[in-house]
Amino acid sequence: MTTTGPTVLAGRADARPARPRPTGTSRAARTRRKWYEIIGLTGPAVIVFTVFVLAPMAFAVYYSLYRWSGYGWPTEFKGLDNYFGEYGAFKDPIFLDALRNNAIILVGSLVIQGPLALGIALLLNRNFRGRSVFRLLVFVPYVLSEVTVGIMWQLILLRDGTADSVLQSLGLGDLVTGWLADPSVVIWTMLFILTWKYTGFALILFLAGLANVPPELTEAAAIDGASWWQTQRHVTLPMLGSTIRIWIFLSMIGSLQVFDVIWVASSPAVRSLGASNTMATYMVDHGFNSREWGYGNAVAVILFVISFVAAVVFQRFVLRRDVEGALTTRKG
Amino acid sequence: MRTKRRTGVIFALVATVGLAASGCSSADDDGSSGSGELYKNPVTLNWWHNANQAGPLQTYWQKVADDFHKLHPTVTIKITAIETNELQRNRIPAALLSSSPPEIMQAWGGGEMVEQVKSDYLKDITAETKAEVDSIGPATKIWSVNGKQYGLPFSFGIEGFWYNKDLFTKAGISAPPTTLDELNAAVTKLKAVNATPIAVGAGDKWPAAHWWYNFAVRECPATALAAASSDAKFDDPCFVKAGEDLKTFLATSPFQKDFLATSGQVGATSSAGLLANGKAGMELMGHWNGGTMQTLTPDQKEPKFLGWFPFPSVPGAGGSQKTMMGGGDGFACTKKAPAECVEFLKYIVSLDVQKGFAGTGSGIPTVKGAESGLADPVMQTIAQATQSAEGTQLWLDTAFGAKAGTAMNDAIIAIFADKGTPQGVVDALKKATAR
Repeated sequence: MTTTGPTVLAGRADARPARPRPTGTSRAARTRRKWYEIIGLTGPAVIVFTVFVLAPMAFAVYYSLYRWSGYGWPTEFKGLDNYFGEYGAFKDPIFLDALRNNAIILVGSLVIQGPLALGIALLLNRNFRGRSVFRLLVFVPYVLSEVTVGIMWQLILLRDGTADSVLQSLGLGDLVTGWLADPSVVIWTMLFILTWKYTGFALILFLAGLANVPPELTEAAAIDGASWWQTQRHVTLPMLGSTIRIWIFLSMIGSLQVFDVIWVASSPAVRSLGASNTMATYMVDHGFNSREWGYGNAVAVILFVISFVAAVVFQRFVLRRDVEGALTTRKG
Repeated sequence: MRTKRRTGVIFALVATVGLAASGCSSADDDGSSGSGELYKNPVTLNWWHNANQAGPLQTYWQKVADDFHKLHPTVTIKITAIETNELQRNRIPAALLSSSPPEIMQAWGGGEMVEQVKSDYLKDITAETKAEVDSIGPATKIWSVNGKQYGLPFSFGIEGFWYNKDLFTKAGISAPPTTLDELNAAVTKLKAVNATPIAVGAGDKWPAAHWWYNFAVRECPATALAAASSDAKFDDPCFVKAGEDLKTFLATSPFQKDFLATSGQVGATSSAGLLANGKAGMELMGHWNGGTMQTLTPDQKEPKFLGWFPFPSVPGAGGSQKTMMGGGDGFACTKKAPAECVEFLKYIVSLDVQKGFAGTGSGIPTVKGAESGLADPVMQTIAQATQSAEGTQLWLDTAFGAKAGTAMNDAIIAIFADKGTPQGVVDALKKATAR
């Protein structure tokens, strides 16, 4: 109950002095001791958080207002030009492509991974021989590192590679295309790889959620004459609600920030055409490789604001009932 | 005490001058007699270079560091090897911002170095390296800014076509192409024997961009190229013509399928790998390509069938038909590095060390006489061509600096993808420095 972090502790401390105290050691001394405790316990975390999270964020905002090549300290103040200027991010068609690609990945992940993982989870939640082997197989891609996955699929999807010969042997040779080279196809290839990789993550969450559905409920439904489908639809799924909402949240943030698989599996040329780039790869391509450090920081800030707003809105309106009580809500 | 030391310094100075004048300050000089404060106190030199893959060059640099330590026991050299783009784009800028950059680091020269000098990061070595600069020649200009020397190149060579002699014979191509028309004819003949005529690592952007650079060198007078490098002026119509030449050439489909996804140097399916494994007829690439191909063949050896010819002339083009695109690699000392760093720089470009470098097959050495260390006949050809070129134009992306260079390469890739125009490259160059 009290393990949720500094804010909760602070809240309690505020409330303390109001409570009547028995006699003995002076109240002031106790209060002081309490504060030492608070500072002692939260201090290290606050320092680490400030130095490694808050300060870099503040610096990024500051740098984003400059034209800066990364050599020496920034001196050329440009205001909001890196955002809205003639050459700012929102006027660059390649950055707008990155935004669109992020949107495709976000929506695509939710629409494909969710139902897919849910279906597999419901199937794997039944008792049958070799169930854990199947669970493992679906989960393995998630355990592999992003770079490994990127390189692996790059090799599979090469022209005349494994994927093409499999398609040809299935009589689907007409489908063969430049999976990683055709600018109009690459983003869908990326979505496929991401789906392959992250479905396992959704699955493991859903299986954990399913384990929490009391068997009495499904038994009761069965006794009432509900079919398997009806049980899943009206009993299991509603019970999974909070798990699904948490997964949507994680998937959304992950989709907005996706970097490594795209960076490895799609070539710099394809990225620079806006065919597969995301906000994060665009940021590195411009911030580091074009030595546009100020501009790169501006892109970082945009990425942060979009993710932050999405997170806050989702927490406020969707996750509210799931996190009620766990976060700092002081009921008056 | 103080006077004594000063006399010592003056004596040392005189001795150094004397040694240099008599021309006997060679590598076997242990430094104790003639270098003043040099080698008195123990120093550590952190050396950042880009030979991050196990191979002849990595081994050789370690040997160079060890040998220097043996000659001058007070100098300890610590090597950090980092992949070249990571090194130049991320690690070096970050290290230069910090209070402890490496003492000696790999330097591309050109626009990048101009920026580093502007921020006062590099050590001016003009006075100490006069002899080396004379010996290496005009290539050292790439590592100088406003007439001052900041780095020394250990390798410099021109770009050209690496080709498969066996495939050329099979296709009935009797002599390497010398004009663009002959190159087009060779492409047609190679297609007839079902070979990929030319491999290009367009996925990495720069290998494709080099095609445009070469057309620009053929189309543009030297004055236009100089104005582009020094004043960012791209108004000469020759830059648009370079893009038109490229577009016309692309229309003949000379490259492998899916070239937008092909990397330049990684794995057997890279453009260098396609050539090294006999799948492609030619590749336009720098003088390091032999070293790259060594790591991409099953037996880890450079294929025997390789030949080399320079970029052909373009009929009717207004620029020099004998100027070649090229570049090199050098090292520079950072501002606070001790004097020993400069001595080590000079050691790297001393004749014997350069001969040893040539022996690794990783590039063309810069010091005259060192090319005798080149074992590979292809490398010997390139060394000769480098010396006999009418002029050498530094890689345009290096010459223009990272901002303009990347914007230009992106716009060239758009032409390769049939999404951009020749004018688009010029437009990208003009607005590149706005961010």
